[in-house]
Amino acid sequence: MMGWSVMRTQVLLPLVIALTATLFVAGSAAGTATVIRGDAKAGEAIYSRCVACHSLAQDRTGPRHCGVIGRRAGSVSGFGYSDAMKRSKLVWNVKTLDRFIQNPMRTVPGTAMGYAGIADQQERADLIAYLAQANSSAVCRP
Amino acid sequence: MSFLILGNASNPLAARRAFLGKSGLVLSGTAVALLAGNDALAAQSGKSREGDARILNAALSAELEAIAAYQVGAESGLLQKPVLDLAVMFQGHHKEHADLLAKTIAKLGGKAVSAKDKYVFPVETLKTQADVLRFAAGLEKGAVSAYLGAVPLFGNRDLAKAAASILGDEAMHWAILRNALGESPVPSAFMS
Repeated sequence: MMGWSVMRTQVLLPLVIALTATLFVAGSAAGTATVIRGDAKAGEAIYSRCVACHSLAQDRTGPRHCGVIGRRAGSVSGFGYSDAMKRSKLVWNVKTLDRFIQNPMRTVPGTAMGYAGIADQQERADLIAYLAQANSSAVCRP
Repeated sequence: MSFLILGNASNPLAARRAFLGKSGLVLSGTAVALLAGNDALAAQSGKSREGDARILNAALSAELEAIAAYQVGAESGLLQKPVLDLAVMFQGHHKEHADLLAKTIAKLGGKAVSAKDKYVFPVETLKTQADVLRFAAGLEKGAVSAYLGAVPLFGNRDLAKAAASILGDEAMHWAILRNALGESPVPSAFMS
């Protein structure tokens, strides 16, 4: 039976992230930081770039995205990950996803995801907000 | 349902088919000319060759899935002529892409991925011809983005050029499918 603490992590964490997905990035002035808030609606449109290889609920060329927030990289059972991803020791959260999506092949050299990445910080924040929100949608419920 | 009219006002569908058929031949012919017999591929350094083969394998995997998706669409009984003919033509292009990618991966010393025994598609949501077209359009748009994201990564510029050639073909598929849905075939000046 799923313990409350586990359930809280699996259910509430993505919800909280969906509502507040933010990235703190260094500002141009010393000692300042710019807060990038993700917009899940805008992120849904950006997700259309991913659907040749990914879907929320199914493993395809890439692994499923349901449950990605909080998941250890390379851990979807039965999916054929690259050795590099399996060895990466990453756990997917806003920060690690942002870094990976910005430049997958630099973040995890040897990853099978042959994609240059998304350079725009706002677009990455939007996409991550969408992934977090989608995790609590009907399509991701077992 | 709306289609572009391509020159031949008396028979626009025939004109479109002729245009697509010829342009497809030109694209795939160029890509094959770029890669088949390109000894520079085998001469690449090991690390660069390995990286390029990995990118191509991801593309091949997506192409094989697209072939399967069009097969599901063609066999669904939901597509009416001439849309059915278009779907079969597009599937043929994906087969050509897959064939070229597999041969190129082998030339790079890699092992090409094979088609899966089974693909899972959201068939429960495909109830009309428009549903099938929208699903296919989503895959094609995703393919454009995937190739766009791959083009800058290749160590071998001939591979980047060939990937861009395939990207152009996928973009045409996407535009035609959108047009068939009555949507703007080219909704923006840039792709991302």
